[in-house]
Amino acid sequence: MALSRRTLLGLAAAVPASAALAACGGSSGPGKSSGATYWYLNGQPQEGVRSGAVKAFNKANPDTQIEDTTYQNDAYKTKIKTAIGAGQAPTIIWGWGGGTLRAYAEAGQVEDLTSWFGEHADLKKSLFPSSFGAATVDGKIYAMPCETVQPIILYYNRKVFDKVGVKPPESWDDIMALVPKFKAKGIAPFALGGQSRWTNMMWLEFLFDRIGGSEVFQAAIEGEKNAWSHPDAIKALTKLQDLVEAGGFVKGFSSITADSNADQALLYTGRAAMMLHGAWSYGIQQADGGDFVSSGSLGYMTFPPVEGGKGDLSDTVGNPAQYLSISSKAGAEEKKVAKEYFAKGVLQEEEVKQWIGNGSVPIKLGTEKLLAASDNADFLQFTYDIASKAKVFVQSWDQALSPTAAETLLDNIVKLFQLSISPKQFAGNLNAVTNA
Amino acid sequence: MSAVTGHPSRRRSRSILPWLATPALLVFVGFAVVPLVGVFLLSFTTWDGIGTIRATGLTSWRAVLSDPGLPHALWVTFLVMAVSWAVQTPISILLGTFLAGRQRYRAVLGVVYFVPLMLSSAAIAIAYEALLDPNFGLGAGLDIQELSRDWLGRPGLAFGVVIFVVSWQFVPFHSLIYQGGVQQIPKSLYEAAQLDGAGRVRQFFSITLPQLKYTIITSSTLMVVGSLTFFDLIFVLTEGGPGDATRVLALDMYKRGFQASLMGPASVIAVILVLVGLALALLLRRLGGRDAGASQLEGA
Repeated sequence: MALSRRTLLGLAAAVPASAALAACGGSSGPGKSSGATYWYLNGQPQEGVRSGAVKAFNKANPDTQIEDTTYQNDAYKTKIKTAIGAGQAPTIIWGWGGGTLRAYAEAGQVEDLTSWFGEHADLKKSLFPSSFGAATVDGKIYAMPCETVQPIILYYNRKVFDKVGVKPPESWDDIMALVPKFKAKGIAPFALGGQSRWTNMMWLEFLFDRIGGSEVFQAAIEGEKNAWSHPDAIKALTKLQDLVEAGGFVKGFSSITADSNADQALLYTGRAAMMLHGAWSYGIQQADGGDFVSSGSLGYMTFPPVEGGKGDLSDTVGNPAQYLSISSKAGAEEKKVAKEYFAKGVLQEEEVKQWIGNGSVPIKLGTEKLLAASDNADFLQFTYDIASKAKVFVQSWDQALSPTAAETLLDNIVKLFQLSISPKQFAGNLNAVTNA
Repeated sequence: MSAVTGHPSRRRSRSILPWLATPALLVFVGFAVVPLVGVFLLSFTTWDGIGTIRATGLTSWRAVLSDPGLPHALWVTFLVMAVSWAVQTPISILLGTFLAGRQRYRAVLGVVYFVPLMLSSAAIAIAYEALLDPNFGLGAGLDIQELSRDWLGRPGLAFGVVIFVVSWQFVPFHSLIYQGGVQQIPKSLYEAAQLDGAGRVRQFFSITLPQLKYTIITSSTLMVVGSLTFFDLIFVLTEGGPGDATRVLALDMYKRGFQASLMGPASVIAVILVLVGLALALLLRRLGGRDAGASQLEGA
């Protein structure tokens, strides 16, 4: 091989860039072990319940160990996708179901659990029926629903409302009327961790539903032509921009991340009056907010109606459950351990109690008595009612859509919130990716 | 094969020397050439990172080249490169010149000053994100209105913050290069200038700056090519936002590949990035002139 000095130098110049590219592709798989591996999200108080369930299972089954690893929310979404693509997935994959699970299933990366659930009919019957929708792809079940039901809730700070002398909003017009009143006292009407993007999305989910009903988004997800430019969709997008223009969201919302819980802190410190967030926020307010929850300062309600809207007020959005899948690339022994865990480790009595203890409603049926007896009975009853009485429980848009469409959606939502694109442009950009 | 002539030991060293480069070459091929070829091939496919890879010809290239996001990302990348160079270079030269003095306090300052370079970009980004938080950051904490702006939430401000943080991180490194460069300048030049009555400023512009020509080229090459790989810092600080105000090419590639699951278009961006990097490195070499590698020392 004859290499001149010149070619060598030329190649050397390419090293920094290509080395950087190579570094991006690096991924480390799970370590080899006799049992199963399991990756899930960190962050308290949920992490403690998840690891507790694993520890209890490992203790009860000394021969079949589960090795768990935790990741931060946004990092996990990238990590798990890369690992699965590289054939390095953990045995048990924690996820949100929906569009991402569909991608895994279509690529043959996750086990079909339909027949297993057939054999374990009692187990299937013990869980919320609504939780299986996002676990099912083309009639086959690819994941076991687990953990809790998490509708999106409108939280508010009672102290702040008392201080300003106003009442919680009963309609969209009330919301718009409250904005200047809070601003006049130097309080942000709404907390929002806008850099995380999905936080902004929750607003659109409710506005679409309350104005146009659940059919509007359903049409988009089914790939109906120009679904996003439906007049009701445009109306919802316009209302949202009205709220941004009126200064409804906290100063600097586009630089606040939800992973740091800074949006939560705005509510419990009284710097913001209200916040639209998932049911999981209750546990965070309780853990981080000092006596905020115990003193009864945290108020909560469902998203109010929009004047002239078609949506059913019982409709809700959010996460119908979380999901556990089994990697089809795992060994037979590992798969057996994973199924063992699904049958005997997930949502056992102790785990159910812990979820209820930190203010969540587990997706297990027949927990009404436990819910009523808990310290957080009011909030849990409220969440349980939303979840069980909802005519339509829309899965979070970014989970329901394919990863590609979800990314376009999230990018455009940020621009919509920054008023850098109009509702029509937003609709056009989204139509381009979801049209079948 | 011709008959071997010449000194035996010389002949042996000739035959061995090229082989000594083998380990380095193997590493280079394994970690640079192979991925590069892989990325190039991937750019002609459609792949979601999970399922099967399908060859789809120029589809990804067409998609990327017709996407208005590409010129924008190229422009932001170029702007970050140019502005951060323009900010860092004069500061680094002045600081380097200052630190090149022999006084002990300057040596101490130099060490203290070097600290930012030892921190990881991610740590720096997280620290600045916390400091600049409009509600819980430094400005709000000290109750200084001027400081509690929406630093990372407005496109212009966010771009400025990125430039500032990049400079804060890398000026120490380039100052060090310039410090070395200044210390290499022969004392006799300054002595002669002093005899001719030249002041400090005149000495700086007539001796220091011209003598630093090759140091400037080296430092600029590192800055320019390095700025193409600004990813970690911007990713943690702004995630390319607000909107896509700080979405540089490297970030665009990541977002397309790992967040939107579009490995084909992401590979196209990667290939473009490599080409831009190569072109810049070659251009800067040319600017340096043929004798860029030659020693500037007296008598050498």
